[in-house]
Amino acid sequence: MQEAWQPTCSVAMLQSRARLLTKIRAFFLEKSVLEVETPLLSHTIGTDPQLAFFATDYCLPPRLHTLFLQTSPEFAMKRLLAAGSGSIYQICKAFRNGESGRFHNPEFTLLEWYRVGFTLPQLMDEIAELILSLFAEQKALSAVQRISYQAVFQHYTGLNALEFCYADYCTYALDNQLPEAVSLCEHDHALWLDVLFSHKVQPYLGDNTLCMVYGYPACQSSLARINADDSRITDRVELFINGVELGNGFYELTDASEQNQRFDNEIASRQQKNLANVVKDERLIAALETGLPDCSGVAIGLDRLLMLLSKSASIDDVLSFSIHRA
Amino acid sequence: MIASIIMVWFYIVCHLEDKMASYSTNEFKAGLKVMLDNDPCAIIENEFVKPGKGQAFNRVKIRNLKTGRVIERTFKSGESLEGADVIEMEMQYLYNDGDFRHFMNNETFDQYQCDEKIVGDAGKWLKDQDSCTVMLWNDAPIGVTPANFVELQIVETDPGVRGDTSGGGGKPAKLETGAVVRVPLFVQTDEIIKVDTRTGEYISRVKE
Repeated sequence: MQEAWQPTCSVAMLQSRARLLTKIRAFFLEKSVLEVETPLLSHTIGTDPQLAFFATDYCLPPRLHTLFLQTSPEFAMKRLLAAGSGSIYQICKAFRNGESGRFHNPEFTLLEWYRVGFTLPQLMDEIAELILSLFAEQKALSAVQRISYQAVFQHYTGLNALEFCYADYCTYALDNQLPEAVSLCEHDHALWLDVLFSHKVQPYLGDNTLCMVYGYPACQSSLARINADDSRITDRVELFINGVELGNGFYELTDASEQNQRFDNEIASRQQKNLANVVKDERLIAALETGLPDCSGVAIGLDRLLMLLSKSASIDDVLSFSIHRA
Repeated sequence: MIASIIMVWFYIVCHLEDKMASYSTNEFKAGLKVMLDNDPCAIIENEFVKPGKGQAFNRVKIRNLKTGRVIERTFKSGESLEGADVIEMEMQYLYNDGDFRHFMNNETFDQYQCDEKIVGDAGKWLKDQDSCTVMLWNDAPIGVTPANFVELQIVETDPGVRGDTSGGGGKPAKLETGAVVRVPLFVQTDEIIKVDTRTGEYISRVKE
């Protein structure tokens, strides 16, 4: 039998992707946001226990170094910001090991941008402007919705996302065809939120609408700042269209010592879970110590965006060669 | 000495693994047979679910092969389930003794008996000596699937209008095995018809 050498997407899809990239570049050109490139291959990698990475050997005899394929360009871009780049954007590949499915490919394309001086609500305005302009031709998006995590979680589950009441969470899971959540999540609030949000909330978000969920619980803050007025929430936003998670934005954490502390926590969590050991990115810490300007940033998965624009059922349909044929 | 202990240990480990293959969520494919809550099940669908900044899950749709019930279950990605020793085998349906239906493997001549609960809906299509598929779990029957097409005699139907060949409308006809299907008006009692057991639809008359 002949090997399947053909691309997994159509030629028309290659053209749609090229058009999408052109429009995005035009959008940022008009706003004078600088396009940059940062290394895909680096000496350090993010510590997030939820992200598995690819490592490779860098041979420079007699020495051998481990290099990592980036799970996101975030750290390198923040170092550019600290060096005075001003607002920047990048369209690049990112790599996440073990992620494969209808909405996942281990190598995928990200659009990531940072706006110096923007608060999160200002960045959300710009996200809406970009997404609406990209969907304008299809007339597929009717509106933009902004809702807090707490409100949307309450609406679909009746539970309080910010205060973890184990008994309430268990009762909800048992009454709503998700009994396995009890043994799966135990007393881990963040894990409960992941399970409940992805099963019982996310599928209903953004019905032909760009839905922006902001104010994530502090235990899911990642690299976002804790909200200045309410320490239970974090200045983080997630984007959803037709139940698909499209992107994630932060009012960026600029405090070097807090960043250092979060790295240490994540490294400890990795050890606890017997995950591959990583060293923290001291260059990022040094950059933050020098001074990261106040800024907001967001990353959007362009393959998923293309799926939504073309109403494709699988990420394979929008990639030239998905991992099975790469 | 140590080497031989390691070899024996290695043999045992390999042997164990051989007996109870287990499958990780990454290997869950449609049709894979696994054990869940002590029952044999078949994977129908497996969706990878991962929030960008959160735990990865697999949302799996599974059919319980004993009850036929379909459920959804979420696993942490990387969890695994033990494989189920389930095989499907072509067999001949022999007879119904009132309590059990009997089947025979035509190659080994091994005979198996099933009660009506296991035979389920397949029962209404089974005629003595016809072949069908029997699903075995640890060599015990848990399900029966009739052939896709069966030829059965009509034992009872209203007399239709001769000359009507349109096939539209139709009338109920009771077959020798007890099944009732809709047939065109021109088809008569005692005639043999071909039926698709997957849809329960009449296909054609069979000329003897």
